[in-house]
Amino acid sequence: MTDYLLILVSTILVNNFVLVQFLGLCPFMGVSNKLETAIGMGAATTFVLTLASVCSYLVYNYILLPFDLAYLKTISFIMVIAVVVGFTEMAIRKTSPLLYRVLGIFLPLITTNCAVLGVALLNIKRDNGFVESILYGFGAAVGFSLVMVLFAAMRERIAVADVPKPFQGSAIAMITAGLMSLAFMGFTGLVSI
Amino acid sequence: MSTAVIAIIVAVVVLVVLAAFFGGVLGFAAVRFKVEGNPIVDQINNLLPQTQCGQCSYPGCKPYAEAIANGEKINKCPPGGEGTIQALADLLGVDPEPLDAEHGAEKDVPTVAVIREDECIGCTKCIQACPVDAILGAAKQMHTVIADECTGCDLCVEPCPVDCIDMVPVARDTGSWYWQAPTSGVELIATDKHPATGQPQHDPSDDQRGAA
Repeated sequence: MTDYLLILVSTILVNNFVLVQFLGLCPFMGVSNKLETAIGMGAATTFVLTLASVCSYLVYNYILLPFDLAYLKTISFIMVIAVVVGFTEMAIRKTSPLLYRVLGIFLPLITTNCAVLGVALLNIKRDNGFVESILYGFGAAVGFSLVMVLFAAMRERIAVADVPKPFQGSAIAMITAGLMSLAFMGFTGLVSI
Repeated sequence: MSTAVIAIIVAVVVLVVLAAFFGGVLGFAAVRFKVEGNPIVDQINNLLPQTQCGQCSYPGCKPYAEAIANGEKINKCPPGGEGTIQALADLLGVDPEPLDAEHGAEKDVPTVAVIREDECIGCTKCIQACPVDAILGAAKQMHTVIADECTGCDLCVEPCPVDCIDMVPVARDTGSWYWQAPTSGVELIATDKHPATGQPQHDPSDDQRGAA
């Protein structure tokens, strides 16, 4: 039980995928202009990441390993992620048109989110079991959502602040992201895993 | 066969089977989660002028497009005029009909609403009437019209208690200007006439814009 809790704390705060491992930076910078879109992106990513880490675990352990094809994991995982995203998009579109409209373009964009592939590959590298894989994926996604929401809230404030001209726009966003990353390094040593 | 060849074949077969399985899942999902939509509604909606004026007795252009798809008459759109009726008739494969006078007459020139700002009392009634949110203002503050957003639907004129809204012709700019040919005195054949105004038309792209 403590192990599982440690995995969650580790992925959400200490080894945050965006600010410490620098994965999934494109949606982090791209769709954090508004708080609403950031929340939508976070929710969609959480769903897809958890499902993708489960599916890639199953594919790796029950298809690739028995045939001694571990070297095909990258291409297989890309396929798994694309299918999970496509399936999720269709299912949401049918079951909840409102949610589909809120998530909109972000759903297909998750396919190219490197954090999703990163989690699947890191699960293999760390020899995570089934439950651990789920928690690792879920924790990574929650960490991603947390950082997205925090960053979007800050950017909304910065947008109306009196920023010196050379720093306006992307420049101040980059600086903010760097400062956030420094702040998250303060979590190092909270748990060691 | 050497082991290397067998390994390659196994790898290819496994990947193909995996891909086929995933393709099957997606194919199943596409059938299972099929969204019933009527694509003809979107096509009709694209032909309508998007003034959202409600002169067709429907609350907006999309509802009228849905009604047309269900068999409503195509001649109830005065802002679109003959050009829109012709385009709708082509799309739906029905005969074009003259504009139904019950729903209003077609304007000769496109117009835009302008508020005489000295006289505006800030009652916000025109803001509530505007179907495209083209009027800016607040209670007891002067209102004004965003000319680029205004569709010229006249809906704001009626509610204004001090009658300070004018409908003026759209100013001719580089986007709406087209070449006026000198009149030659030669009788034009019917297809050379502008479908909306009955005037000779000289810019084919302008005609397409009017129909679209």
